[in-house]
Amino acid sequence: MSGFRLTLPEASRNAQSVDIAFAAVFAIAAAIFLILFVLLVVFAVRYRRGAPAAHAPLPKFLSREIEIGWTVATTFLAIFIFWWFVGGHGLPPRNAPGQIEIHVVAKQWMWKVQHPDGAREIDALHIPVGTQIRLVMTSQDVIHSFYVPAFRLKQDVLPVRSTELVFTPTETGTFHLFCAEYCGTQHSHMTGEVVVMTPADYAAWLRRQPHGDTLVHEGEALFDKFGCGACHSPESQVHAPKLGGLFGSTVALQDGRQVKADEAYLKKSITDPRADIVAGYAPIMPSYGQYADGEDVEAIVAYLKSLPKEGTDRD
Amino acid sequence: MTDTTFVPQPPLDYLHDGSTLRSWLLTTDHKRIAVLFSLSITFFFFIGAVAISVVRLELLTPAGDLVSDDTYNKMFTIHGIVMVWFFLIPSIPATFGNFLLPLMIGAKDLAFPRINLLSWYLYVGGAAFTVLTLILGGVDTGWTFYTPYSTMFSNTAVLPAAMGVFVVGFSSVLTGVNFIATTHMLRAPGMTWFRLPLFVWAMYATSMVMVLATPVLAMTLLLIIAERWLDLPIFDASRGGDPLLFQHLFWFYSHPAVYIMILPAMGVASEIIACFARRKLFGYSFMVYALVAIAVIGFFVWGHHMFVSGQSPYANVVFSFLSFMVAVPSAIKVFNWTATLYRGSISFDAPMLYAFGFLGLFTIGGLTGLFLATVPIDIHVTDTYFVVAHFHYIMVGGSVSAFFGGMHFWWPKITGKLYPELWARAAAIAMFIGFNLTFFPQFVMGYLGMPRRYHVYPPEFQVYHVLSTAGAAVLGVAYFMPLFYLIWSFRHGARAGANPWHAKGLEWQAPSPPPHENFITPPMIERPYDYRPEDVATARDMP
Repeated sequence: MSGFRLTLPEASRNAQSVDIAFAAVFAIAAAIFLILFVLLVVFAVRYRRGAPAAHAPLPKFLSREIEIGWTVATTFLAIFIFWWFVGGHGLPPRNAPGQIEIHVVAKQWMWKVQHPDGAREIDALHIPVGTQIRLVMTSQDVIHSFYVPAFRLKQDVLPVRSTELVFTPTETGTFHLFCAEYCGTQHSHMTGEVVVMTPADYAAWLRRQPHGDTLVHEGEALFDKFGCGACHSPESQVHAPKLGGLFGSTVALQDGRQVKADEAYLKKSITDPRADIVAGYAPIMPSYGQYADGEDVEAIVAYLKSLPKEGTDRD
Repeated sequence: MTDTTFVPQPPLDYLHDGSTLRSWLLTTDHKRIAVLFSLSITFFFFIGAVAISVVRLELLTPAGDLVSDDTYNKMFTIHGIVMVWFFLIPSIPATFGNFLLPLMIGAKDLAFPRINLLSWYLYVGGAAFTVLTLILGGVDTGWTFYTPYSTMFSNTAVLPAAMGVFVVGFSSVLTGVNFIATTHMLRAPGMTWFRLPLFVWAMYATSMVMVLATPVLAMTLLLIIAERWLDLPIFDASRGGDPLLFQHLFWFYSHPAVYIMILPAMGVASEIIACFARRKLFGYSFMVYALVAIAVIGFFVWGHHMFVSGQSPYANVVFSFLSFMVAVPSAIKVFNWTATLYRGSISFDAPMLYAFGFLGLFTIGGLTGLFLATVPIDIHVTDTYFVVAHFHYIMVGGSVSAFFGGMHFWWPKITGKLYPELWARAAAIAMFIGFNLTFFPQFVMGYLGMPRRYHVYPPEFQVYHVLSTAGAAVLGVAYFMPLFYLIWSFRHGARAGANPWHAKGLEWQAPSPPPHENFITPPMIERPYDYRPEDVATARDMP
């Protein structure tokens, strides 16, 4: 029974606000429960069979009015809890300047992490304290879920799609990382640790890590390998959408929809290009979903994101 | 010998009206079909219980030292599939609903007696096939069958298991259609809608949910079969499918399915509390509206199972709001049950002890639902033991307590025998203690971050798992007790009269056990729960 404990570290800003919300809802729930419990005990004792208390008709005030009264009161209480704890806090935080974007790939049964400078690690996530972190996550196979109890944060990780977690760690230390969505035989082994370090320690740690290529370079190599440029380069004779500056822009589709070219859109356009045909282009691109795995797609998307608008050449 | 032609023989009771195996297996008597259902769900209950015993024993230590990862995963899958579909969903409707619905409205049988028998055969066939699959082949997807794991990655017998559950779904639909038609068509003259006992209203609301939601489950399972067997890319994201589509469809059935499990329990609790408090149920019409409101709103809250799935944060806010709304009618019901005790004349026989247990445990289950409806809290505790504890408080603390309460309340009616009261009270108390010891620690470890469906776990959670397993042992003993004393009572118990509880309701006007046609003389229709204050235990209603 080593390390038994009753409390959980609050290692992110989100953790503090979740704990406050939990305490408040707990107080409300406990108050309701206590009132009901006391009433049950008092009634059970006072009105037990054979007790002297009157087994008499109900007094007048216990009528429709009291029923309507507690119905309305309960409704308002429910709306109040919703408004107070969900209305303001249900939406994800905004991106802050200086944010570090880290890519996470989940697969049966491990977590692969790539830092912006190319440092990689498995089943561990090292991050600096006090800096906003943005995790961009995807899965190579089934649905997993990235769960750090000390941050009170959890996000499912889906195949093909990207999901994100944005948070700011506030405490240094080593915390549990769990896969929270059942993912097969070794689901319970798909765990790791999140190490929150001082910024100086983090910088030193980064330097010590074996560096792979950065994601952007890796993506560029894959872009060449798959021959994407044959159609998509500005010089190509094939009528295909140009990719420079595409990320973040709004794209008009053949069927009249307007979509924002975010990571999910780019990924989908690689794995399932016929889902969203850009206005004015023929649906000629084959799907690369079977050639490029989740990590490849992630890298290509990172490369596409780095491409400047046409005319402002990168080199 | 005197001439007996002037003394009409009372008709044989349904238990003795034919004694061959054939007379049972081809019966169309709703009471006999109810007995067939209760024997079969009891059998499946013990299979589900054995599976979870393996899980709870494994979790005594943090290491995976009792069974392999795969066996562990198969065990919790057996527990989930069997308990949800083969025990909880049919539990109260197919047994007490079948037995009592015609009696309570003054009818001779259900509207479609043969369909009723077909429902049992579909249930037993589908469930037995699935259980054989689960035991011989094994399935490791959990009862939720989440894609793409179930369709593309699991190497286990997903296909036959899904087919078995698919078949059992038709049993639900048939029972639902039958109950709806019966309630509309076969009410005795004078039995108006607002004179129906709440148990009948609960069956009616449950049937609506069964009929409307179960086809969605059937389609979802067919889609799984289509992707796994025919390789149609429905949930495969790399070929244009969407794995979250499965979750939407699945929870569109499975959240209302929770109400299929709890609405009947609310009906049972209403009958018991009114009888043992000797009170007209407080706020009868509000209780009816609350049942209907729960059934309706219950269809629009499924997205609260998906707050961390990657669905839109705006959808999260909407589903959160609707989930808070569904809490309101549930709370109203709890207030009304409590108010029914006021100025009552309360006795604490075993059914009432179970009803008290239901009330307390359902309240805790409902209140912890408020935490889960609050999006930021849910993000932390979803897929942890907090959720496991929450839904066990509703489904076991609520539904199973009510099931045992109803079992004791109507046992004299069903068998014509009295059960041993002391044993029954002991079992009720043991069940309550065992239940809380099992599941309360799970709230704590869930909040501390213990994920569900974990075979091995960090050592700091061990103390909670040990408490939980100890509780499960108590619970196991408590579940075995009724099995023995009720069988004893069936053979050797004292004869019960028509109305041993001096209860109101038409079923108590029929003999115990009732004859094939239910009523010898047409029942007297009264206002529901007409327990007048002076109506304390008298021998007035004794046969």
